[in-house]
Amino acid sequence: MVIHTNIQSREQAEAQAKVLAVKQLKRQQRQRQILKKIGVYLVLGIGAVSMIAPFLWMLTTSLKEPGSVYSFQRRWWEEWLPLSFYWKNYVNAFYVVPFGLFYLNSIFVVLCTTACQVATSALAAYAFARLHFPGRDKIFFAYIATMMIPGAVTMIPVFILLRYLGWIDTYRAMILPAAFSAYGTFMLRQFFLTLPKDLEDAAKIDGCSYLGIFWRIILPLSKPALATLTTFTFMGTWMSFMWPLIVMNTHKKFTLPIGLAYFKSLHGTDWTLLMAGSMMMVFPILLVFIFCQRFFVEGIKLTGIKG
Amino acid sequence: MKSLKSTTRETVAAYGFLLPNFLGFMIFTSLPVLASFLLSFTKWDLLSGPPSFVALRNYIQLLGEPKFWFYCWNTIYLMLAIPVSMAGSLVLALALNQKLKGLVFFRTVYFLPTISSGVAIYILWTFIYNPDFGMLNAMISKFGFLLGLELHGPNWLHDKDWSKPALIIMNIWQTVGGYNMILYLAALQGVPRDLYDAAEVDGANGWQKFWAVTWPQISPTTFFIAIMSIIGGFQAGFDPAYIMTGGGPEESTTTIIYYLYNEAFKWHHMGYAAAIAWVLFLIIYLFTLMQWRFYGKTVHYY
Repeated sequence: MVIHTNIQSREQAEAQAKVLAVKQLKRQQRQRQILKKIGVYLVLGIGAVSMIAPFLWMLTTSLKEPGSVYSFQRRWWEEWLPLSFYWKNYVNAFYVVPFGLFYLNSIFVVLCTTACQVATSALAAYAFARLHFPGRDKIFFAYIATMMIPGAVTMIPVFILLRYLGWIDTYRAMILPAAFSAYGTFMLRQFFLTLPKDLEDAAKIDGCSYLGIFWRIILPLSKPALATLTTFTFMGTWMSFMWPLIVMNTHKKFTLPIGLAYFKSLHGTDWTLLMAGSMMMVFPILLVFIFCQRFFVEGIKLTGIKG
Repeated sequence: MKSLKSTTRETVAAYGFLLPNFLGFMIFTSLPVLASFLLSFTKWDLLSGPPSFVALRNYIQLLGEPKFWFYCWNTIYLMLAIPVSMAGSLVLALALNQKLKGLVFFRTVYFLPTISSGVAIYILWTFIYNPDFGMLNAMISKFGFLLGLELHGPNWLHDKDWSKPALIIMNIWQTVGGYNMILYLAALQGVPRDLYDAAEVDGANGWQKFWAVTWPQISPTTFFIAIMSIIGGFQAGFDPAYIMTGGGPEESTTTIIYYLYNEAFKWHHMGYAAAIAWVLFLIIYLFTLMQWRFYGKTVHYY
């Protein structure tokens, strides 16, 4: 009896020890996991802070009174947080240069370019992806081949052409060269190829025209790809700097990027004013991005993988 | 007979669909490519008379121009940002791939510099690098003050030894959380789970798992990013240099594309500028070939 209980208690003790050991192992694992988590969040946090800090500095400076940009006397948080709200910088920016016009010009150019590029790309991509015609593969190869030619090569002749046509310093000069894109055509064609053919065949039997198929079947099925191309073109045109700089001369016709550069050339040291102007350029694009983020991420994956 | 008719109908429809894009393609891309090639064998200042044929003289002059090689050096030097930024992108992607809370938040924040890049950001960084009021040198001084030292940051954009590092730092900030990080994140999510399980059975620790499984699995992405960044790098450098340094000091931030801009649109040496563009194309073509040889087996364009 005594022996029996002895054995029993020993078994119990062993079992208990085992449970304890497992518990300790689990605790160690959990601790390691927590440590790892802290490490990962530390990396992510440092990354996030260094990304945001310059923007915060921009916002804070844009709200400071001119002439009080930096001083060693202040405490560090007074330097970083927007504690003063001198909105007049934003108002003054509009007095120095026609910012309102820059906005309107930018919006006009961006809308025209994006609409033209997406429309012509989609039409051509449908022909390349679905229709048979003599010379299709040769023409498509020419499209792909030009994709690797840097913009610098075509820039000079296009400038000469526009100058010959008398289009320098017009909105056309900014819009038309960017309204046709081999890249956009390529991207949409790759997407159209992945769409199932059955629907089109059924529509064809019902006597639907090619335009009908394109409008009623292809386009509705391709919304994600169209949204991606739209977002990319929109962002690219909004930020486009070199080409507008080359072809535009009249300040009133400037888009925001070259307008802002002109603004800087006039008031290179009024940092509060410059930061207010920069804020006004960055802010709309941040809004667009927050709403269109999904298309962006998908688009990068799509184009990145397809090469 | 009927099928012949429907083929014609299809051909006509196809040309109709293609026409708007094809016209634009001809006028603004393919003919200009040809024109630019011809132009590169001529001398033309756009104002006085027609272009005059000079054969290969533009190219000979360009390749014999020490300044051109200096600008090439600047362009390549600025590409030092690429490996650093790529390593940073990978670290951030690895951290984001841990399936923690707040992924979308962090991804959005990291993308902010990429999305808002452009003139506003270059003006902001001109201010950050300002030796008197800029935040960078202020931080360096304060950091030195804490250590009991008197540290002075360099005069970033006005010092020919510091102007390029300044542009590199800004470029890393801009690109580290952008496209490359998202490509890396997608690649990491595509690594098969069982490879990690197998490595774990073999007793591999995190570091070993990374080098034995993750790194080889994502190497196609690394290669793709590297080649695309290099191709982009050769064409880069105009916008930031124009806004921040004007190509200086002592031309230390003048890149190939900046040189081309000056020759074409400042001095109106159209033929010579076209020659620069074609040399640039040749360099890019070499790197594109490398990429095609690598991807040719897996990507089908037809």
